Amino acid sequence: MIDPIILFFILGLLAGLLRSELKLPPAIYELLSILLLLAIGLKGGVELAKQPFLELLPQMLAVLVMGFTLPILVYPVLLYVGRFKRADAASIAAHYGSVSVGTFAVAVSYLAARNIFYEPHMPVFVVLLEMPAILVGILLAKGISRDTRWGLVAHEVLLGKGIVLLAGGLIIGWIVGPEGITSIKPLFIDLFKGVLALFLLEMGIITAGQMGSLKRYGLFLVAFGIITPVIFGMIGALLGMFFGMSEGGMTIMATLAASASYIAVPAAMRLSVPEANPSLSLTASLGITFPFNIVLGVPLYHTYAQYLLSLA
Amino acid sequence: MEDKSNIYKLMTIITEAAVENEVLNDLVKLGAKGYTSVDARGLGHHGVRSAAWGMSANVRIEVMDTEENVRKMAAAMKERYYRNYAMLIFLHDVEVVPHDDLDGVWD
Repeated sequence: MIDPIILFFILGLLAGLLRSELKLPPAIYELLSILLLLAIGLKGGVELAKQPFLELLPQMLAVLVMGFTLPILVYPVLLYVGRFKRADAASIAAHYGSVSVGTFAVAVSYLAARNIFYEPHMPVFVVLLEMPAILVGILLAKGISRDTRWGLVAHEVLLGKGIVLLAGGLIIGWIVGPEGITSIKPLFIDLFKGVLALFLLEMGIITAGQMGSLKRYGLFLVAFGIITPVIFGMIGALLGMFFGMSEGGMTIMATLAASASYIAVPAAMRLSVPEANPSLSLTASLGITFPFNIVLGVPLYHTYAQYLLSLA
Repeated sequence: MEDKSNIYKLMTIITEAAVENEVLNDLVKLGAKGYTSVDARGLGHHGVRSAAWGMSANVRIEVMDTEENVRKMAAAMKERYYRNYAMLIFLHDVEVVPHDDLDGVWD
């Protein structure tokens, strides 16, 4: 069974590769991503209202540690095997330590289509994982340098659009709870898959645009963009298993670890590590890892979860 | 003799939308009394900038001032952004049709 939203992505990809004139107005794309971020936040917040927050603290800490660790794992590979400049290696590492909300949404939709339960507080982890990799990326690129304007970095990291909408949605959902949400449910919850389908159509077009620069950067980047999520996915699944999560929860943990940012991190790196070439990291995260994850990765991470649970 | 009192320099900056806020803040710090900023698409050194999404979007920023001030701002922009960012600056002579009550606002 193939999820229709994936076919929308492939449609956009083909339209882009064949140079169709199809494109969504930028304002519509903005609106779609705002709707997705808010919907994910709201859903998580409503679920969060049902359970004691403190019990989640150990998991939240572990997820933060994972966010700090993942970029450090790939940095030496990029530097010594990929032979990238220090700034480029650091920037790419930061992209892979952070998360892609689009990929998360696809994983959620994949599980929902199969009626597989997952721990509903996952959006909290999405918020947490957006941040640490950016800090690590800047430190890897520059060390603890005087000319890093940390105020600007903090502003970018904490008040970026993604964080404000996700965290804002979480808090609103948490305040109003399951009953309060019913009045806005038709837009944010019921229409979620339709919005996601349109979003992925545009993502397909954007991805096709990034694929144009694949040839320029060679095989290493392609291999890196596929091998990294395959390994990181296993790390995420193992962490989920350690915390006794369900099959669905482990699948999402794996997806979070495996996904690479293409919105928050590129914007932050552009400002804080300007000498890094943005088209290098975007080609990897958006041109290779994103399509890999949504078409092949999510089902693969599901089998990781099933396999690990069969061992337990 | 030609009256020079309404002749100013217009500076046009075309750059990445990713640094728009930075550039605008700098311009104000450098003494710009106003600016106009619009979204832009185009083709140049950095390939097609389609503006389909944030990282592929450009902006066109315009500032008008006396030649001395504009050259000072342009030099500061070049120093700070030309190395690592996609940026192009050009200057043109413009004649401002003055607003009676804003007369001399750029002097």
